[in-house]
Amino acid sequence: MKLDSDDFELFGVPRRFEQDRAALDARWRVLQAEVHPDRFVAEGAAAQRVAMRWTVRVNEAYQRLKDPVRRAAYLCELAGFPVKAESNTAMPADFLVQQMAWRESLAEASALPEVLALRDQVTVSCRGALASLQRLLDAQRDPAAAVQQVRALMFIERFSQDIDLRLERLET
Amino acid sequence: MALLQISEPGGQPDPHQRRIAIGIDLGTTHSLVASVRHGVAECLPDPQGGKLLPSVVRYLPQGRRQIGAEAFQGAALDPLNTIVSVKRFMGRGVADIAGRDKLPYEFVDAPGMVQIKTANGVKSPVEVSAEILATLRQRAEDTFDDELFGAVITVPAYFDDAQRQATKDAARLAGLNVLRLINEPTAAAIAYGLEHGSEGLYAVYDLGGGTFDISLLRLSRGVFEVVATGGDSALGGDDFDGALAEWALAQAGMAALSPEDKRAVLVAAREAKERLSTDEHVTLSCRLGSGDLELSVDRSRFESLTEGLLARTVAALRKVLRDAQASTDEVQGVVMVGGSTRMPKVRELVGAFFGKPPLTDLDPDEVVALGAALQANALAGNAGADELLLLDVIPLSLGLETMGGLVERIIPRNSAIPTAQAQDFTTFKDGQTAMVIHVLQGERELVSECRSLARFELRGMPAQVAGAARIRVTFQVDADGLLSVRAREENSGVEAAIEVKPSYGLSDDEVARMLRDGFASAEADMQARSLRESKVEAERLLLATRAALAADGDLLDTPRRQSIDDRLVELERASAGDHAAAIDAAIEALASSTEAFAAERMNRSLRDALTGKRVEEV
Repeated sequence: MKLDSDDFELFGVPRRFEQDRAALDARWRVLQAEVHPDRFVAEGAAAQRVAMRWTVRVNEAYQRLKDPVRRAAYLCELAGFPVKAESNTAMPADFLVQQMAWRESLAEASALPEVLALRDQVTVSCRGALASLQRLLDAQRDPAAAVQQVRALMFIERFSQDIDLRLERLET
Repeated sequence: MALLQISEPGGQPDPHQRRIAIGIDLGTTHSLVASVRHGVAECLPDPQGGKLLPSVVRYLPQGRRQIGAEAFQGAALDPLNTIVSVKRFMGRGVADIAGRDKLPYEFVDAPGMVQIKTANGVKSPVEVSAEILATLRQRAEDTFDDELFGAVITVPAYFDDAQRQATKDAARLAGLNVLRLINEPTAAAIAYGLEHGSEGLYAVYDLGGGTFDISLLRLSRGVFEVVATGGDSALGGDDFDGALAEWALAQAGMAALSPEDKRAVLVAAREAKERLSTDEHVTLSCRLGSGDLELSVDRSRFESLTEGLLARTVAALRKVLRDAQASTDEVQGVVMVGGSTRMPKVRELVGAFFGKPPLTDLDPDEVVALGAALQANALAGNAGADELLLLDVIPLSLGLETMGGLVERIIPRNSAIPTAQAQDFTTFKDGQTAMVIHVLQGERELVSECRSLARFELRGMPAQVAGAARIRVTFQVDADGLLSVRAREENSGVEAAIEVKPSYGLSDDEVARMLRDGFASAEADMQARSLRESKVEAERLLLATRAALAADGDLLDTPRRQSIDDRLVELERASAGDHAAAIDAAIEALASSTEAFAAERMNRSLRDALTGKRVEEV
């Protein structure tokens, strides 16, 4: 249990993709209750600084562990296969074709039901990608192949955000 | 404090008296102060028994001013000099103020924050708010006949950095030691959570005078986690008054052109609205320059006039549920906050949306102040209060400007705080040796649609080809939600940093000037005040360090123990004297010498916590 422990060690959970969200949440609260600066209000500056560093570290690990895509990217990185999303955007052709089709549908959709239908479609596709990520990381232990899947999910996530933005505009 | 309790019987006497800590709800239409007395949070009344202080300040010639109910009377007579709903102007420029053409004030477009011309000179919203805070501080000091330890002040969850900073500045000006700014809905949940021991996912629907906030909170074993927040910082009871007033004028074929008329018709509309919460029919009447306005209104008419306003709150409910990826049936209860939730239609609509009647046990006007008082009591370290730990998130995303006027998000909204995130950037041109770091807050992709918080430069980078430099920008947000940003060119080690103080915040010099200019509450000599604060801090640190040594002294070898003991003696000596700076230096010396020790104690306590020994206690 040190500041430089990896996220999984820090949270005391197995180093794998599949995680129990409720267990992560519970662990986060236990850790927060021990390290949060508010627990040290009367203890002076040194304790506050230590508490601040720990809380930041705990929150960083929590944000990463609870988000499946970031968790997967982190696992790949720990295994020596960094995702490098900003420099490596090469994707298979069929994936790109599907992305373009989705973007066209979103551009053309003018009413709420069409956008909602598109969102459902993306959700299904996202679920499939997550399931295959779990297979690659936990069963086949193939982080090199998982990296590709993580990139695909990052594309899908970005598109989901665009859908949400559109939904907001349609609702207001 | 969970980590530092000493288990030996009789090990730790408490030499401190109970510290007096207050919670303040600085509201748009009215403000309250509460404190924990005899283990129970209660709002403190003024000598006349009123708990609500109207958030109104009237400036009169010759430096005189009225605050609260007395000033409120002046709203209709002297609207130009009577500042109501000042909270809407906090940390805002003229262009930001919605519906300003309907307001009677003479605005001055000062850089950053708007100012208002009054009979008593040009006033900043920070000064106006400070008058309100100082009045509440005085009320608390009179109640306890004692010095205050500090205050927790609430702000709408939607307040951005500029607005929070402005609120903190106002408190400083009013002579308050701010223990923490907390979100209003969170305070409401604290009031309900502690008194009812509720667990699970809760929504807080806060329709106040000037703001609407909706928050989802997860309450569990004394931990309050804000899961998501949303709302509309320009929607509140005032808008209901406005809609009714506008309709009444149109019905009567009259116009309210003068400031006096505008104020009079709004006051009449507010009164009619309040009576409509209990009565089916009321009469709205007021005297305007062009004659008397008298009109009968029934509740269904009022409800159809304000349908659009309520629909906006429901759209915000949907959005916040989407952010939290939660459905209405997962929400176990809905807390109602704000005087506007007394409107029957609001309760009905919220009840229908969540499929369960909302919680209305506590007075919706008082609930936020009560929760703030409970949190203040906990932060003051008073006995019996250490079970309360508030976990918070940042309400709006923080990011940087990149090429093409786009915002790159560094810390997404709803991230748990304190937090730090780093991201790498690079240069755009060959030979580029400087770079502007423009810090923004908001959810939009375009810089022009986000709020600019700060701008600083990283200079002196070695000239390299475009794209070769690696500039790591780190955002850190502390437990108060305040941001600092650091940029460092990794190849050369060139660094620049900024504490993000929004351009609207007051500098220390400005605060000093306002105090010199005879601000109402500045009766205290600042120097005496700072010496007293240093002494209290020294005493607190001596006590905490001795307690830590008694509990975990075995972690230290003899030379390290000796070094800490020496610093203890030095601090004791310094704090017997009258030099604030010397005490502060000795405090810092002791703090530095114990930092490694504090880190090891943290490791030990985490090991204990995670091996299960302490889990039941949290």
